[in-house]
Amino acid sequence: MAGEKTVETTGLLGWIDRRFPLSTLYKQHMSEYYAPKNFNFWYFFGSLALLVLVIQIVTGIFLVMNYKPDGDLAFNSVEYIMREVPWGWLIRYMHSTGASMFFVVVYLHMLRGLFYGSYRKPRELVWIFGVAIFLCLMAEAFMGYLLPWGQMSYWGAQVIINLFAAIPLIGPELAIWIRGDYVVSDATLNRFFALHVIAVPLVLIGLVVAHLIALHEVGSNNPDGIEIKDGPKDSRGFPLDGIPFHPYYSVHDIVGVAGFLIVFAAIMFFAPEMGGFFLEYNNFIPADPLKTPEHIAPVWYFTPFYSMLRATTSEFTWIMAAGAIIAALALLVKGNLRGIWRIAVPVVLVVAAIAFRILDAKFWGVVVMGGAVVILFFLPWLDYSPVKSIRYRPGWHKFLYGIFIVTFLVLGYLGTQPPSPVFNLMSQIGTVIYLAFFLTMPVWSRLGKFKPVPERIVIRRH
Amino acid sequence: MIKKLLAVVALSFAYALSAGVAHGYKLDRAPDRLTDMASLQNGAKLFVNYCLSCHSAQSMRYNKLTEIGLTEEEISRNLLFTTDKVGDLMEIAMTKEDGASWFGAAPPDLSVIARAKSVTMGPTGVDYVYSFLRTFYRDTSRPTGWDNLVFPSVGMPHVMWDRQGGNTLNRVTVAQEDLEDGSQQWVRTTTNIDAHGFSDITREVLDNYSGDAVDNIKLTPVDPAASAAYDNDVADLANFLGWMAEPVQLKRKQLGIWVLFFLGIFMVVAWRLNAAYWKHVR
Repeated sequence: MAGEKTVETTGLLGWIDRRFPLSTLYKQHMSEYYAPKNFNFWYFFGSLALLVLVIQIVTGIFLVMNYKPDGDLAFNSVEYIMREVPWGWLIRYMHSTGASMFFVVVYLHMLRGLFYGSYRKPRELVWIFGVAIFLCLMAEAFMGYLLPWGQMSYWGAQVIINLFAAIPLIGPELAIWIRGDYVVSDATLNRFFALHVIAVPLVLIGLVVAHLIALHEVGSNNPDGIEIKDGPKDSRGFPLDGIPFHPYYSVHDIVGVAGFLIVFAAIMFFAPEMGGFFLEYNNFIPADPLKTPEHIAPVWYFTPFYSMLRATTSEFTWIMAAGAIIAALALLVKGNLRGIWRIAVPVVLVVAAIAFRILDAKFWGVVVMGGAVVILFFLPWLDYSPVKSIRYRPGWHKFLYGIFIVTFLVLGYLGTQPPSPVFNLMSQIGTVIYLAFFLTMPVWSRLGKFKPVPERIVIRRH
Repeated sequence: MIKKLLAVVALSFAYALSAGVAHGYKLDRAPDRLTDMASLQNGAKLFVNYCLSCHSAQSMRYNKLTEIGLTEEEISRNLLFTTDKVGDLMEIAMTKEDGASWFGAAPPDLSVIARAKSVTMGPTGVDYVYSFLRTFYRDTSRPTGWDNLVFPSVGMPHVMWDRQGGNTLNRVTVAQEDLEDGSQQWVRTTTNIDAHGFSDITREVLDNYSGDAVDNIKLTPVDPAASAAYDNDVADLANFLGWMAEPVQLKRKQLGIWVLFFLGIFMVVAWRLNAAYWKHVR
C-alpha cells in the first residue's frame, strides 16, 4: 500500500511497527542491547533505582487520594490514611520506606560509578544526567518531607529555606519567593505539594529517560573498565564480551529485585520507623510555629551534607582561604595551564580567598554544602587515571576511596548529632577530606603504578 | 596496623555514642503488654475516664476499640463520655485557646504521643508515659500544686493522685554555680518535699570538691500498696497509648512473616531461574 513502510513483523505487531518503532525499540534496548557479561553485585542498583521510582510514584498516587495539603488538615489526614483507609498504613509505609531506600540504592549506584569509572569518556553525559537526577531527588525528598506537617517537617523546612536567605543581595527576597510567605506556612505547604507531586516527578522521569538513552547510546561500562565494543565481535557484529540485555539481565535483575524486596518488606513490616531514622519521632508532633524543637536535623540521607554546612564556621573560612591561596600558588608554579589561564585562574582563586573572609560564613556554608553535590558534575574531568576501573589502580588508590567512603559515613553520623566542639572539629576535618578527594584528584589519580588492563573482560564467579 | 586503626575507630565511635546520651531523668522501662488484651482494655478504661476531657485523641475512633476485644455495646455503655455515637472520633469540648489560658499550654492531642516521645536509640514513648505518670510529687510552689521529675514545671496536675496515694521527694544535687565575678563554685542542694508539698531546702557550698555533678533523686510512696497497684495501672495505660499510636502494629508483624516467607521462596526461584539462563554463558 502506498505510504506504508515495509517491516519484518506481521499481523497486529506489523501494523504497529509500520506506524511506531515498537520492534525496533525493543531490539535496540532489550533483545539486541549487548551488555558486558561480567556485571557483579554493584550493577543491581540501577534497575533497583528504577523500581523504587515506580514504587514511589504508584504509592504516591494512592496517598494523594486521601492526603489533604492544608496546614490544619494535613497531619490528621496522614493519621486517617494510617487508620481508616483500607491498607492505607501499608501504602504510607511503602512510601516512607521507599524514600529512604531510594537514597540507599542511589548512593550505592553512584558508588559503583566511582569504583569502575562509569562516568568517564564516552559516558560523561550519562553521569551528568545522573547527578541531575540526584539533585532533583534531594529536592523531591525535601519537599515531600514537609507534607506530613510535623514538627520536624516544619522546622527542617524553615532552617533549609532560611539558608537561601544567606545568599548576598537576592537572598531574603528569594526565601520569601520560595516560601510564598514570610515564614513557612500553609502557602509553603501548598506549593511544595504541587512541586512534589507533579513538577519534580515529571522532571525526574524525563531525566531518567535521558539517562537511559545516553547510556544505551554508548553502551554500559563494566567492572574491568574496558570497552567491549573495542573487543572481538561475533558473526552478527555484536561484541563477544557482551550478552543481550533481555533475557539475560532482565532475569538477572529479578534476583536483585527479590533481594531488595526482602529488605524492603522486613523494614516495612517490622521496623518502619527504623529506630527514628526513617520516620523521625519528633514528626509525630503536629507542626507548631511557636515551639522550636530542641534539636533540628534533616533526615539521615541529607546528614553528610548538613555536617558540611555546620562545619563551615568563621574559623573554617580561614582554612578555605588558605586552601585557595595554596592552590593558586601551586597552579602558578607547577600547573600546566596555558596562556591567559596561567594568570587568570590563580587570580580568581586569590579573589575567592579574600571573599571567603569578607562574606558571612553562613553563605559559604551554603556554598560548601551545595558545592559538595555540584562537584560531582565535574568528576569526568577531574579523573586523570590512565585506567577506568579501581581493579587496575594502585593499591593505595583503593585506600583513598576507602577513606572517602568512611568520611562520608562519619559526616553522616555527625549530622544526626547536636553540635559540640569535638563533633564540629571532626566535621571540619571530614569536609576537608571530602572536598580534597575531588579537588586534588587531577593530581593523585595519575600517580602510582597501575596494573595492566586485560584485553578481554574477567568474569568472576557470582 | 589494621587492628590499631580499628581500635581507634571503635573508640571514637564509643566516645561519640556516649556523648550523645540524652540528659534529664533516666526513664524506667515499661513492661511490654501490647499483646495482652485485658491490659489494653484496662488502659482504655483509664484513658477515657482520666485523660479524655483535657486531652483529645482526634485520630482515634471509639469503635476501633473492638480491635482490642471489646464489643460496640460494651464501648457504648462504658466508655462514651464525650459523645453518644460509637463511630465518632475521640474529640473533646475544650478548645486549644481555653486549654492554653487555663493550663499555660494546651494539653496536646494523645493520638500518636507514644510515637512522638520515643528517642532515637533510646527509650520508647511508652517508657516515657510510664515514667511520666509515676513521678509526680506535691510541690506548693507550682500553680497546680504538683511537679514532675520527667517533665519539670509541667502544666498538668497529677490527675490520678487519689489512685497513687502521693509521694515524698528527697533530692541531693551537686552542681556548679556561676558567681558574679565569673568563677564557679560547687554547691550541694538537699531538697525534701513532704506528702503535702511543703519543701525544706538546704544549700551547702563545697570547697575542695573534686567529683562529678550529682543528681540523686528518691521518690518514696506514702502508701506502697496503692502505689504498686497504681504502677500496674499506669503500665496498662502506657501500653494502651502505645497501641493507640499505631493500632495496626500487631497485624503488620503477622502479615510481615507471611510476606517474607513468600519472598524467600520467590528469591530461591528467581535465583535458580537466573542460574539456568546463565549456565552456558562463557
